[in-house]
Amino acid sequence: MNAEKNNTILLDHGAGGKASHALFSEMILPLFSNEYLAMGDDGAVYSVPAGKMAFSTDSYVVDPIFFNGGNIGDLAVNGTVNDIAMCGAIPLYISVGLIIEEGLPINDFQEIITSMATAADRAGVKIVTGDTKVVPRGKADKIFINTSGVGMIPEGVNVSGSRALPGDKIILSGTMADHGIAILTAREGLTFDGDLKTDSAPLNHMVKTMLSSGCEVHVLRDPTRGGVGTTLNEIASQSGVGMTLFEKDLPIKKPVNGVCELLGFDPLYIANEGKLLAIVPEKQASKVLDLIKADTFGKNAAIIGEVTDQRPGKVFLETAIGGQRLVDMLTGEQLPRIC
Amino acid sequence: MPATFLRTQMPDSDCIASQLDISGVVQGVGFRPFLFALAARHKISGEVSNTAFGVRARVEGSPASLTRFVEAITAHPPMLARVDGVQTTSVPVTGASGFKIIASRTGSSRATLISPDVCVCNDCLKEMENPEDRRFRYPFINCTNCGPRFTIIEDIPYDRPQTAMKQFAMCPDCQAEYDNPADRRFHAQPNACPVCGPQVFLTDSKGQTIAGPDTAIHQAGRLLARGKILAVKGLGGFHLAVDAGDDAAVLRLRRRKHRPHKPFALMARSGSAVSAFADVSKEELQLLTGFNRPIVLLRKKGSDAQMELSRKIAPLNPCLGVMLPYTPLHYLLLDAGPKVLVMTSGNRPGEPLSIDNQDALDAFSHIADYFLLHNRDIYFRADDSIVRVQAGQTRFIRRSRGYAPLPIPLSEDLPFVLGCGAGMKNTLCLTRKNQAFLSQHIGDLENRKTCDFYVQTLDHFKTILDITPEIVAHDLHPGYMSTRFAKDHFAEQIPRVAVQHHHAHAVSCMVENDLDEPVVAIVLDGTGYGTDGHIWGGEILVATRKSFVRKAHLRYLPMPGGDQAVLAPWRMAAALLYTAFGRNFLDLDLPFIHDMDPCHLDFVCQMMEKKVNTPQTSSCGRLCDAVSSLLGIRHKISYDSQAAMELEAVGTTKDFAPDPASYACELRSPDPAADGVEWIIDVIPGIREIVADICARVPVQQISQRFHQTLVHGFFQAAHRITAAHRVDKVVLSGGVFNNDLIFNAMMGSLKQGGLSVYTHSRVPPGDGGIALGQAAVAGALSKD
Ligand SMILES: [Fe+3]
Ligand SMILES: [Mg+2]
Ligand SMILES: [Zn+2]
Ligand SMILES: [Zn+2]
Repeated sequence: MNAEKNNTILLDHGAGGKASHALFSEMILPLFSNEYLAMGDDGAVYSVPAGKMAFSTDSYVVDPIFFNGGNIGDLAVNGTVNDIAMCGAIPLYISVGLIIEEGLPINDFQEIITSMATAADRAGVKIVTGDTKVVPRGKADKIFINTSGVGMIPEGVNVSGSRALPGDKIILSGTMADHGIAILTAREGLTFDGDLKTDSAPLNHMVKTMLSSGCEVHVLRDPTRGGVGTTLNEIASQSGVGMTLFEKDLPIKKPVNGVCELLGFDPLYIANEGKLLAIVPEKQASKVLDLIKADTFGKNAAIIGEVTDQRPGKVFLETAIGGQRLVDMLTGEQLPRIC
Repeated sequence: MPATFLRTQMPDSDCIASQLDISGVVQGVGFRPFLFALAARHKISGEVSNTAFGVRARVEGSPASLTRFVEAITAHPPMLARVDGVQTTSVPVTGASGFKIIASRTGSSRATLISPDVCVCNDCLKEMENPEDRRFRYPFINCTNCGPRFTIIEDIPYDRPQTAMKQFAMCPDCQAEYDNPADRRFHAQPNACPVCGPQVFLTDSKGQTIAGPDTAIHQAGRLLARGKILAVKGLGGFHLAVDAGDDAAVLRLRRRKHRPHKPFALMARSGSAVSAFADVSKEELQLLTGFNRPIVLLRKKGSDAQMELSRKIAPLNPCLGVMLPYTPLHYLLLDAGPKVLVMTSGNRPGEPLSIDNQDALDAFSHIADYFLLHNRDIYFRADDSIVRVQAGQTRFIRRSRGYAPLPIPLSEDLPFVLGCGAGMKNTLCLTRKNQAFLSQHIGDLENRKTCDFYVQTLDHFKTILDITPEIVAHDLHPGYMSTRFAKDHFAEQIPRVAVQHHHAHAVSCMVENDLDEPVVAIVLDGTGYGTDGHIWGGEILVATRKSFVRKAHLRYLPMPGGDQAVLAPWRMAAALLYTAFGRNFLDLDLPFIHDMDPCHLDFVCQMMEKKVNTPQTSSCGRLCDAVSSLLGIRHKISYDSQAAMELEAVGTTKDFAPDPASYACELRSPDPAADGVEWIIDVIPGIREIVADICARVPVQQISQRFHQTLVHGFFQAAHRITAAHRVDKVVLSGGVFNNDLIFNAMMGSLKQGGLSVYTHSRVPPGDGGIALGQAAVAGALSKD
């Protein structure tokens, strides 16, 4: 075998034969080790308590696969953990489907699955079943990951995008646009002074604290693709309410804001990975805010706006100099409009 | 005696009777009293009333006197009236005697036109200044020849219960005038006096009244003289007023209004007061004193340094926007306070004018020190119109108060079409038969309140015109609020027509010049979405009302950051240099390069190299912006078109002799060939010469002049070839860039010298305020297929 073959993923690794077995038992199993995976059956078998269960899936095709502050592996675990948490659930088990392009360096693969294991640990979830496929060069881009997962919803918890009520406060758990800007600058190879880092993080502990505090939470949603602006538009139409955001209260890191301005992008539409939006009754807003701020990933949380009964389905931004601008649903690229 | 005998003996045996249906601007302009007086003069009996069609009269008299009566109606109508038609039907003679004005009837169709607001007339002014008159110093004096109209009317027919005057019951004196056909105030709907009418009062910034009707204006004047900022409720909305001679006060207003540079409008007592600080031609004086009372752009007399007014009114601008008072209240205020006032529109940035007392108190509590308010409601806001005289003709920059809602005539009947207008500086347009009703200025639709105002305006126009749009026309830009509105607010089955921005500009100019054959349209503009997905704005089209072919355009430039490149012209300057020199431009020894943060320049280069949020644009406005920044004039703007306007101002400095030279400009065929485009107008070779001139320390005044001439030269050359190749000799000029005098005048001169017929705008703005008319006309023309 030549050096390259030794160091990269080959088609054989996904063919179900010896190489596949080696890949699983020597690389994956030790990292993800848990009793369910160790059984070696076709699927995971576990018992669940009675009650409501949340089930979510997402696929990760991010380019580049490595970026400042993380990689596609921890992103895939955190993403599904967060999606389950946004249902008001405590995430328990997740599955991992790996589609690898032939030629991916073994070291890269190792680093990715190591991050996945660490992320799962940090979130307190178990990777209980999985699958690995290798496709010929050009049929995939380095590596694609699908994760699915389940979690249990504590009794009495009822969160949904359709539950926002006029008068509610909108809390954002931290600064906007960190992930999207880190990915974009890495992908395009844009260099700039200043540390632009993804915010990818598990939010399930934060959610658990919130839900077990006895505070009423109407909506939880992670503003990933499309950013805070698009996500709030979705909630506004789902709930049939209006929303007003306050520009002065929107948390954003200075370098991120600077790059957004240079790029001509509105941070409200840039993706986040480790942030959540919580919509809660006004009475409990400051308490929920304090709980979020006490979490490792919620230090920069802020109340960014409120739910109104005006113009259902629309989100407005009250600008720093007064006056309200429509925060539209993002449709395609932003073309110049100013004349 | 036999009855037949008696009848033949009647003196009026040769009497005939007619019903006259008079259409046009015939309500609220003293039309019925005019007919009353006319009837008396011509010995006509009968009656007259307002209908939803206009005015209907039943008249009886001898055939000869009836003919003279009808002739007089069209020949000498009241000052503010416009008679579009008199339809005559014979009716049976009834032998009625006398002439009666009877109560209004509402009909099913509403063809009548609402008059725009009219400035106070001389008769009323004289009464207001006469201590013996019962309306001495009454700030709401008016008569049938003057006063508010469009802004106080809720619905037609125009009768007091349908106006903002409904809450004021007339006192016996006023009622007597109102009822007396011989009186100047006969059926003057806003008729009022100090006893029964609206009242003015002065409050502090918290809304606490500090002076009542007797002293409010006097005190307001004194406060202005002491440098205070006043919010003043006017006719179509609020103004923020300050002493135009007080630098500190003007600066304070700038700071509080977040408006660092944008010129402020002035109000001065009379034409002669204006000539103290601005050059006023005969045409300009006519505009200033006309009953529509627009803001007129006038050249400053001498330099800013010589001006007695504050130098902060219109910095780096050769012009001042000036208007004369148009309400009695304005006259009284100017008499009580400083002789020249800054009167800038009372709105939050991007929002429509405040019209409501409480709303104004909320909006301006941090801007205005005092509020001069009154209790007559404004139903419909109307911003001040802005006009100028260019080549002896009136040009609109903003067509609003005093002009809207008067229609623009069309050459043929169209179905009911709604033109939704542009994104910013929006107006909308509705057509009915052979008339196009362009709304007053609405503004930037991205703003929530402006968007509400848009919907309100559409509803109001639909009501007063009694139409429901059958076709909806909108811009091609998918992101304009007006486009989204068109898609969201009309049922599927209503046809929607997307009209390319510059085609709409071109057709708006064709409509007002009554052109219905193919023309060559030179459209120089800021931003418009093109059919190729790029951003257009420096175009030559061969256009008909229905379609167009893009025959030439400015070479595409990258626009790094999209809209950010509009707000920060330094990006366009970087794009220009990058296109001309590649990344090496960073090594040029230019003041521009030294002004900029090298990291920012580098980042913008990376964006262009990697095509990150970098659309392509052929915009002429952006090219002017780029050169403005390149010359160190303006790198970031604080108001619309600032960089290009300041570049123009530099080129028109009075103490600098005109330089006829221009830079290199290449005309070449597109490569690869694209959709009918024949010529690319490439000023990049000229940009290299500009850079050489900057390095050689050629004065910016000269570079600016040469640059403008280069643009004109390039477009003229291309237009000349296109007119010859396509055998079209009519050229229309449209697009916001034609507000630039240097470009407009040179372009007119070149084209005329080239033997072409040139058509320009004189009824609607060349900028985006005219787009809605073009959209409606395109959709209307297409519907005839
Ligand atoms: Fe335009
Ligand atoms: Mg997801
Ligand atoms: Zn009058
Ligand atoms: Zn009275």
